[in-house]
Amino acid sequence: MTFSQKRSVLPGFGPTLGYAIFYLSVIVLIPLSALFFKTATLTWSEFLAAVSAPRVLASYRVTFGAAFFAAAVNGVFGVLVAWVLVRYRFPGRKLIDALVDLPFALPTAVAGITLASIYSPNGWLGRYLEPRGIAVAFTPLGIVVAMIFIGLPFVVRTVQPVLEDLDQEIEEAASCLGADRWQTFRRVIFPIMLPAILTGFALAFARAIGEYGSIIFIAGNMPMVSEITPLLIITKLEQYDYGGATAIATVMLAVSFLLLLSINLLQKWSRGKANDN
Amino acid sequence: MIKRKSGKGASNITEPAWVRCLLTTVALGFVALFLVLPLTAVFVQAFEKGWEAYLAALNEPDTVSAIWLTLLTATACVPVNLFFGIVAAWAIAKFSFPGKSLLVTLIDIPFSVSPVVSGLIYVLIFGLQGWLGPWLQAHDVKIIFAVPGIVLATVFVTFPFVARELIPLMESQGCDEEEAALTLGASGLKIFFRVTFPNIKWGVLYGVILCNARAMGEFGAVSVVSGHIRGSTNTVPLQVEILYNEYSYAAAFAVASLLALLALVTLALKAVAELKIRQTLTDTER
Repeated sequence: MTFSQKRSVLPGFGPTLGYAIFYLSVIVLIPLSALFFKTATLTWSEFLAAVSAPRVLASYRVTFGAAFFAAAVNGVFGVLVAWVLVRYRFPGRKLIDALVDLPFALPTAVAGITLASIYSPNGWLGRYLEPRGIAVAFTPLGIVVAMIFIGLPFVVRTVQPVLEDLDQEIEEAASCLGADRWQTFRRVIFPIMLPAILTGFALAFARAIGEYGSIIFIAGNMPMVSEITPLLIITKLEQYDYGGATAIATVMLAVSFLLLLSINLLQKWSRGKANDN
Repeated sequence: MIKRKSGKGASNITEPAWVRCLLTTVALGFVALFLVLPLTAVFVQAFEKGWEAYLAALNEPDTVSAIWLTLLTATACVPVNLFFGIVAAWAIAKFSFPGKSLLVTLIDIPFSVSPVVSGLIYVLIFGLQGWLGPWLQAHDVKIIFAVPGIVLATVFVTFPFVARELIPLMESQGCDEEEAALTLGASGLKIFFRVTFPNIKWGVLYGVILCNARAMGEFGAVSVVSGHIRGSTNTVPLQVEILYNEYSYAAAFAVASLLALLALVTLALKAVAELKIRQTLTDTER
């Protein structure tokens, strides 16, 4: 059946759309607009001073830098895990596959205290790392470790469907044309996976920059050194510096929206590539 | 240069065994380090002082009220977001209208906002200095630093879960069955309950599971709005933080193990729901 330009004949369009927009506005849009209105009460110079103070800039460096590094690690290892889960058979494969989603399901505070205790100087891993000079807990490296944990599923889950849908005929054709396995991977398979990898990277990055609970226990939370931007927002709130907190939150929100836009575009590219194949 | 692979005429589409072994080991090592190790650490440290200390930690009054508050929050959040998810998915999946993709993007917003920012925006509206602050204070209604604020912030962060699961599912199922029911004279609600719902029930379960897990485990947003008042505005994740910061490690992990258990149940139910959703989709394709 084909449909004309008219909407579908099913009932309930008006009420459902109306309620959806109403609920969306009350819960999401109006509260978010409070952020912008509050920021608008600051003058430009107050706003710029609030978002570019040295402590704030340091928190951006820590947060965005650690998130980028962690997302990169997840990009590499996520592809590896996805490949192994899709292509190989080994005992416990289904269990590991389900376990990959653990960072989605585990509450952030639990992840936070667990990672902090494992990597602290007398923790399970910390007791071996600290004497060798690798300080993880209470340093920016700890922030990276926490961000790797929470971003782990993103790349795996975006790359897995691409690998699963990959037509073996393409690889067979490449092999028939004389490519060895590495060449086939590099020239045929990897380009197909690339949009998904970038999407997963962007998702992991976006999640990591906003994350709070998993990170504050293992980070040192020292201003200028290991303080993440969400923590700085809370600190300002506790000091009743609502203007400052709101200004920084606006910056974070703007970055989140930009990332959301990029992710949508990446997903469109990914779908386009998938349709080509 | 490209070399010819020697051997059988069949084309080569797998890696040599040693490569497979190496890749599998490295991948499993990564998973063990980042997933298995923390998961086991929670339970091992929870029981470090034995069963009795574990049960005593869970029976402590502040912890019990935290558990009640978490259950209350989830019970309030999940149904309202479920209702919204179903309603929005119906409007989006079964009809076409301008601005549809904008609406879908807007629904996804809470997903991409930092939890701390999510809590902040409710403080800006309902806090003492917020828009409604003076009015609320005049009427002695407490929202921020009280239970309603916690529920509101949690509703925000769990807002998209059911909708973003149902929308693609219902879109891929199309309108044919519903329209057939319409031609047979069914009313709107009848169409929904007798035709649509059986097809989406596993999607609904999936969305509800994720929504619940996030509602019970939310930390950042609740941290901002709750005021951390022991015995009354602490949820289980906040209680974990308090115990940990007081160096009551075994107690903190005991309480955390409840959340970890919830996570494992969530993962198991999620796997089942995903399987059933795949089956539903292949059934409707036939």
